[in-house]
Amino acid sequence: MKFGVVIFPGSNCDYDTFYVLKEVLGQPTVFLWHKDHDLQGVNCVVLPGGFSYGDYLRSGAIARFSPLMQEIVEFAQKGGLVLGICNGFQILLEVGLLEGAMLRNKNLKFLCQHVWVRVENHQTPFTSRAKAGQILKIPIAHFDGNYYAPAETLERLKTKKQIIFRYCTESGEINEEANVNGSLENIAGISNEGGNVLGLMPHPERASERQLNSSDGLVILKSILDSWQRK
Amino acid sequence: MKVRILVNLKNGVLDPQGQTVRHALHVLGYHQVKDVRQGKVFELELEGLDRQSATRLIPEIADRVLANPIIESFSWDFLEEA
Repeated sequence: MKFGVVIFPGSNCDYDTFYVLKEVLGQPTVFLWHKDHDLQGVNCVVLPGGFSYGDYLRSGAIARFSPLMQEIVEFAQKGGLVLGICNGFQILLEVGLLEGAMLRNKNLKFLCQHVWVRVENHQTPFTSRAKAGQILKIPIAHFDGNYYAPAETLERLKTKKQIIFRYCTESGEINEEANVNGSLENIAGISNEGGNVLGLMPHPERASERQLNSSDGLVILKSILDSWQRK
Repeated sequence: MKVRILVNLKNGVLDPQGQTVRHALHVLGYHQVKDVRQGKVFELELEGLDRQSATRLIPEIADRVLANPIIESFSWDFLEEA
């Protein structure tokens, strides 16, 4: 399975993501440059974390207009797998592949810490390896991760099981204490209706080897691989 | 020609920054301040447009780029006509 990691000016998790996909997951992986129009035949596009265009205007607001993003939108509309991590999630929201928007964290702090998220839907290409309700320990690092969506959108996300991850306590409780950034309904990750586009604030690439305190991120990355191989 | 565009969070959308500013003002004794909403100001200098085309173009730019319609609304006015 061939992965592509997009580089925008200001991406800073691109090499970590590339390393994990290539060396830990062992899959052919290429970098994709934001100014290109060529997805190089990849089977999954990953939008990495960072601060594309310095987070100017709004996180992801400028990156969404880059030439490659137009290709990625078409790729996603045809069912292609797209994973947005942190800033990548913000870009997917801005470009409209995912619904909702990000507000500044409720405590106005940049949050860089391990969190627990509960898998709310394990029947997606990104979570098929997880058990129902499995708790994953994966770090976050963001300023604007306070997920917001209008009430009717939120209802639709719930009905169609598009809420994929929720911030929870270590034992899996969904409560205000676990909701580090103030997101509506503790939302940490959502998918599009087709299930082929996922955005999440936690960084699976930073939790993909035991030496890094957690390898729970691999549940997500290996799920992608499984879903591709099952095709 | 110059226009000024104001972008603000919609009513009902939580504004953590505005709340923090309000709190700071209360600590300083300004209890008259009931609420604070923080927004953004853009000043655009335009050329080659008449008033009518500017009136069409500005909402398009604001809606497509400067504001995120899910959480923000905007208003605008002419600063300088030329």
